[in-house]
Amino acid sequence: MNHTVIIGLEVHVQLQTKSKIFCGCSADFNPDHPNVQTCPVCLGLPGALPVMNREAFELGVKTALALNCEISSYTKWDRKHYYYPDLPKGFQISQFDLPFSEDGFLEIETNPETGERRRIGIIRAHLEEDAGKNLHDDAGRSDSQVDLNRAGTPLLEIVSQPDMRTAAEATKYLQELRLLLTYLGVSDCNMQEGSLRCDANVNLHIHQDDGHKVPTPIVEVKNLNSFRNVEIALEYEVQRQLEAFKATGIKFGDKGGHKTTRGFDAGTGKTTPQREKEDSADYRYFPDPDLLPVTVTEDYISSVREALPEFPADRRKRFVAAYQLSDYDVQVIVDQGRGFGDYFEEVAKLCGDGKQACNWVTQDILRELKERKLEFSEFPISAPVLGDLLGRITKKKLTTKSAREIFMDLLDGNGASTARIDEIIAAKGLAIVEDTGAIEKVIATVIDKNAKAVADFKAGKQAAVGALIGQVMREVKGADPQKVREMLIAALSQR
Amino acid sequence: MSLSGATAGELLLRLERGDLTAVEITAGYLDAIAARDGRVQAFLSVNRDEALRQATEIDSRRQRGAPVGKLAGLPVAVKDVICAKGQKTTCASKMLQNFVPPYDAHVITRLRDEDAVLIGRTNMDEFAMGSSTENSAFQVTKNPWNLSHAPGGSSGGSAAAVAAGMSPFSLGSDTGGSIRQPAGFCGVVGIKPTYGRVSRYGLVAFASSLDQIGPFANDVHGAALLLEAIAGRDPRDSTSVDMPVPKYAATVDEPLAGLKIGVAKEHFVAGLNVEVEAAVMAALDVYRKLGAEVKEVSLPHSKYSVAVYYIVCASEASSNLARYDGVHYGHRAESFKDMIDMFCRTRGEGFGAEVKRRIMLGTYALSAGYYDAYYLKALKVRRLIRQDYDEAFKSVDVIVSPSSPTPAFKIGELVDDPLSMYLQDIYTISANLAGLPGIVLPAGFSSSGLPIGLQLQGPAFAEERLLRAARMYERETDWHRRHPELPRG
Repeated sequence: MNHTVIIGLEVHVQLQTKSKIFCGCSADFNPDHPNVQTCPVCLGLPGALPVMNREAFELGVKTALALNCEISSYTKWDRKHYYYPDLPKGFQISQFDLPFSEDGFLEIETNPETGERRRIGIIRAHLEEDAGKNLHDDAGRSDSQVDLNRAGTPLLEIVSQPDMRTAAEATKYLQELRLLLTYLGVSDCNMQEGSLRCDANVNLHIHQDDGHKVPTPIVEVKNLNSFRNVEIALEYEVQRQLEAFKATGIKFGDKGGHKTTRGFDAGTGKTTPQREKEDSADYRYFPDPDLLPVTVTEDYISSVREALPEFPADRRKRFVAAYQLSDYDVQVIVDQGRGFGDYFEEVAKLCGDGKQACNWVTQDILRELKERKLEFSEFPISAPVLGDLLGRITKKKLTTKSAREIFMDLLDGNGASTARIDEIIAAKGLAIVEDTGAIEKVIATVIDKNAKAVADFKAGKQAAVGALIGQVMREVKGADPQKVREMLIAALSQR
Repeated sequence: MSLSGATAGELLLRLERGDLTAVEITAGYLDAIAARDGRVQAFLSVNRDEALRQATEIDSRRQRGAPVGKLAGLPVAVKDVICAKGQKTTCASKMLQNFVPPYDAHVITRLRDEDAVLIGRTNMDEFAMGSSTENSAFQVTKNPWNLSHAPGGSSGGSAAAVAAGMSPFSLGSDTGGSIRQPAGFCGVVGIKPTYGRVSRYGLVAFASSLDQIGPFANDVHGAALLLEAIAGRDPRDSTSVDMPVPKYAATVDEPLAGLKIGVAKEHFVAGLNVEVEAAVMAALDVYRKLGAEVKEVSLPHSKYSVAVYYIVCASEASSNLARYDGVHYGHRAESFKDMIDMFCRTRGEGFGAEVKRRIMLGTYALSAGYYDAYYLKALKVRRLIRQDYDEAFKSVDVIVSPSSPTPAFKIGELVDDPLSMYLQDIYTISANLAGLPGIVLPAGFSSSGLPIGLQLQGPAFAEERLLRAARMYERETDWHRRHPELPRG
């Protein structure tokens, strides 16, 4: 049965502000000490009033601009009502009909082979406050408890158009979004800690013989807390909907074909129905009378725009051009995050060879990070030090082989400075010997000892040179093998 | 020593001269409460020990010559809807019967800064919903002028406390007339300030876009003193306005030359008690004699004000009161099946009938499919009501009207007739919808000896003008010097 997969994502991003969105409490992640980051405002005590955090608003605008959204000149706050123990006021302050930004897009690579890219539409991005967290005793021995440390932390909800056609595309979109958010520095996007949360709306358009398409019931899949889970859940859901349609023929809008919510169980890899509300939810939205509407001026938007960093997509293009790198290499560098790209660029500039810098950061550094289970931020060799090391290769003062040896030594925990590079070179005698006199002496000795090799060479066997190079190199550590080769051939030719 | 009837200004003068101490004053009022409140039942709680401790501390500072605040040593009674750290704040509801806020409302901070003595907490309609103080979950406050009559509401306790000489002044809150109507019923002065003039931080919300805290006093000068202390910008309330606070008490005695008074023809229609109407007409004559010009104005949309008000206030109340769910504080049902049942039982048990009525009204008005027809429409008419005032204030300085259609009704008279009860606020509601200030002051008595109130309304932030205009009338009359006959302490 031919079909098209239709996927849209709703992403909640916790913005990295010092304080919560409507009060002065710390917005830090602090699950070990419940309810310490609270005050009358975020506890929802009688009489307490919210005051908008300008920093949260600015981070929202920054992100919306990076997502190519229109910023509204007038926006307001609305109350969304529902009863739940983690929602202390009985309503969440959110944005309903006038979000601060709308109508943007994010470009993703949809085909890694061809490098084909496509824009995924962004319907809107709006700000709201997070709820607290209910803590249940799974054994059922004690009452459930509520931690309100998280209540009132700023959230940005980014709603995409249903523009994704495969689970892989959805994952790609989420990865690109995460990359952009971390480049902007607006969120740490830690999915385990819940600072990036994803719900997916998915259904299928089943192709009929007469050419028209029949939609299957839309399902909102919740609780997708890793990239892997997004992909597994959506692939499962696509299969499930296809089989359900084959079995029942129920389409969207039919009786029993309304939108439903399903939760993803990472343990089984399956989605299961979540408890349905008896009636469709009526959140009774209305404008929050305790908060003033926000007027956004062109000057304000310009000032936020001017302070935006380079976006990942722009950086990829620039790196390809500036350092003559392949699309693939650039993708690897840029996808590692803003700090990694900055690091690469600094190394490339210092050593004067972008390709070489690229090889080292994408191969040696990534390999070592993986083996040592390190975050990039913990990597011990700074960009100036690696730049210096690679610069010595470019300037032919070190062989690549020696540089690798030094690189490994720098990682041994005894410090990683340019001074230490000098020490290692001295201790191991790794400097390229430019004293041709010394090399000539060794060559003469080696030739004298290897009459057979000389004869072979004379008989036209170029391979004979290789064995001799090795012997010379053993005697003169740090000699440039290319140079030795040239000198050997010259010496042999004169015999 | 009897302090009954003393004005705040007189007490301050005697404190400064040294012929009265804060402790003497506080003890005097505590005695008055002890002697009279058994009959009036204005107070839900009296802070006897804390008030005396505060007064002692103020006296010792004054004796040392250390600085003291502008209200140093003057007792203030506070409506039980304004949070004070460590003092039970019940909103006269079973829901918050044992709620003790961990923080001070902005106005309480201001009062503490000015060394006012927080003498006690006054009764009210539950969550400030009502016009008689009969909706209190705990007790029914009596009108000190006639104990079988209501003191008005919702700030009935605060009005009755001042009228009965149990406090020289008090704080109330006004959402649709809850300061002004009881001020009229009890024969005291009450002010509903411009929306945004006084911070709402710590005022337990009923209808956020309408609520304002304001003062009661037994004369205009006292109201000016208390308003001056509590007004001003508070960054914790986004709707509080950053405007300088005039020295109301210093200018209150300056008459306004060439005062133009508006009288709205829509205010003098069927339902207005003849004695009330006569008192207002007599007051206009007083103003004319003082050189004021009286002109007719029109507030054509005022006939919609009660309808608009009950949609706006009920909608906001249904939202503001959603937090009382039994989870984090306040009443929680003792037995329940599950989470939803806990919410339902808690709210079913904790709220009284009027509160439930308004929550249901507001929930309905905000529901999907009804929002545009009710809430959104109400907001549009609300704007028209404001425009009526803007138009009227182009030609007049203040608008004079009754504060309510009748003098105080009997306790129990309207409890089964919510619509008549809602019409009590017909003269006061528009000012809340338009965000404008209003003052009510005593303007006579009915033949049965009940006070009649006169309301003056002004443009936004014209409190100084209202106080001076009110004082012009007060100076020519002695209604404010009359006090109800109650057992003396």
